[in-house]
Amino acid sequence: MVNAVVYKMILASGILVLSLLVAMYSTLVERKVAGWFQDRHGPNRAGPWGLLQPLADGIKLFFKEEFMPNTADKFLYILGPSLTMLVACLTSAVIPWGPDIVINGESYALQVADINIGILYIFAIVSVGVYGIMIGGWASNNKYSLLGAVRASSQMISYELAMSLSIITIVMMTGSLSMREIVNQQQGFNWNIWYQPLGFLIFLICAFAETNRAPFDLPECETELVGGYHTEYSSMKLGFYLFAEYINMFISGAVMATLFLGGYHFPGLDKLGLSPNVFALVSFLVLFTKITFFGFIFMWVRWTLPRFRYDQLMKLGWKSLMPLAILNVLVTGVIILFNL
Amino acid sequence: MFTKYIFILLTVLALYSGIMVLVSRKPIHSVLFLTLTFFAIAGHYVLLNAQFLAVVHVIVYAGAIMVLFLFTVMLLNLNKDEHSPKSRWAKLLAVIAGCMLMLTLIGIFRNYDLAVAYDPMMTQIGLVKNLGKILYENYLLPFELSSILFLTAMVGAVLLGKKEQL
Repeated sequence: MVNAVVYKMILASGILVLSLLVAMYSTLVERKVAGWFQDRHGPNRAGPWGLLQPLADGIKLFFKEEFMPNTADKFLYILGPSLTMLVACLTSAVIPWGPDIVINGESYALQVADINIGILYIFAIVSVGVYGIMIGGWASNNKYSLLGAVRASSQMISYELAMSLSIITIVMMTGSLSMREIVNQQQGFNWNIWYQPLGFLIFLICAFAETNRAPFDLPECETELVGGYHTEYSSMKLGFYLFAEYINMFISGAVMATLFLGGYHFPGLDKLGLSPNVFALVSFLVLFTKITFFGFIFMWVRWTLPRFRYDQLMKLGWKSLMPLAILNVLVTGVIILFNL
Repeated sequence: MFTKYIFILLTVLALYSGIMVLVSRKPIHSVLFLTLTFFAIAGHYVLLNAQFLAVVHVIVYAGAIMVLFLFTVMLLNLNKDEHSPKSRWAKLLAVIAGCMLMLTLIGIFRNYDLAVAYDPMMTQIGLVKNLGKILYENYLLPFELSSILFLTAMVGAVLLGKKEQL
């Protein structure tokens, strides 16, 4: 019992540190990818290949002047970025990171909480994620911030629906709401994406909208709204908002890999006859590679596509993605019903 | 033992934020305190081993309804406290109505047998599998009827929103 508690604590801290590290280096990778796409070098002054750049950025943000507008609601102004950061770190609790590992003859799951409603937990966290942005944008007491916050909330509510509907098909196929169960049913190459290509596409588009990434980054659209919801933020509070976006990217990549790309499974991996711990490590690396692939797609799209106009964004969400997702649910239901 | 302390913590949080909803001067603070109340109640559901109910509670109330509330309050920018002055009669009637509700609740719960909650067969009832079975086997008709009710409300909302174009 005590062992299990200690193990869970270590695992949770490990995953937290991992997501922070990945988010930190995503900022560098993002700029490198941007440089590559635009035929330039990207940051390369701090350390070899710019490897110390994230550290330099972090130190810079920490030592910047802490500025708070006079008219701001003090408590809510601080609560906004804190909440965004907290919510960004919460989702990773239900993601299965690999098969069981064995320590001293006892097997432990590489998952912080295997609750039987894992998918719904993720929905809940996603739907709560908008509070940080709304509170921060409102508390700044600035019209650009307010507009950014209002945009963020309507965008996130609209895209949540299509996102939920696209996952319902996975739940229908799997017959379970538990993340571990969903991964276990995708052994080998039996990935959900082959059965649900449309659902995957809808989920991917919604993930862009939910993480406020380009082409859906209208809440912080700098050509219209100065800085959007974080116009009045500076120093580490701004850093938290920017950092949370990268954590969200990492986690949504992990969710997509888990739900659609077979999680930590890879064809032929379980036939190699590796010892349990090595197998767990290799499986985790497989999952990590899939997440990295999604991270690259996020950056690829950002530096390729122009931003949507707001009415186009709403039209896409309500008039294209929603009906498509409902159609997808219907077709899946018919196929399951008649056992096609 | 540990759960008892969590229960006390959650109850204090729910009551405190519930009172703050009424006392806060700024509408936006009221909305946020109401959200906090919903989270505390979701915590109670988890303590009762009803994880499904807890998560759905958070999705529906905190994630959708309260966001819309917050959205409306922000959009109308109800920053200043403009409490519409109520007449003395309205206040008196509100107090009487509140007291009567209180009296009814006390009357109900005075003789309530708390032992029911400790029935070992009842602890699994909140899990999604059991809840789904009960809903679709015993209460299928009311369940489907309530979904028609929701659909009607949605159609009505769309119709009201489109009034000018008709």
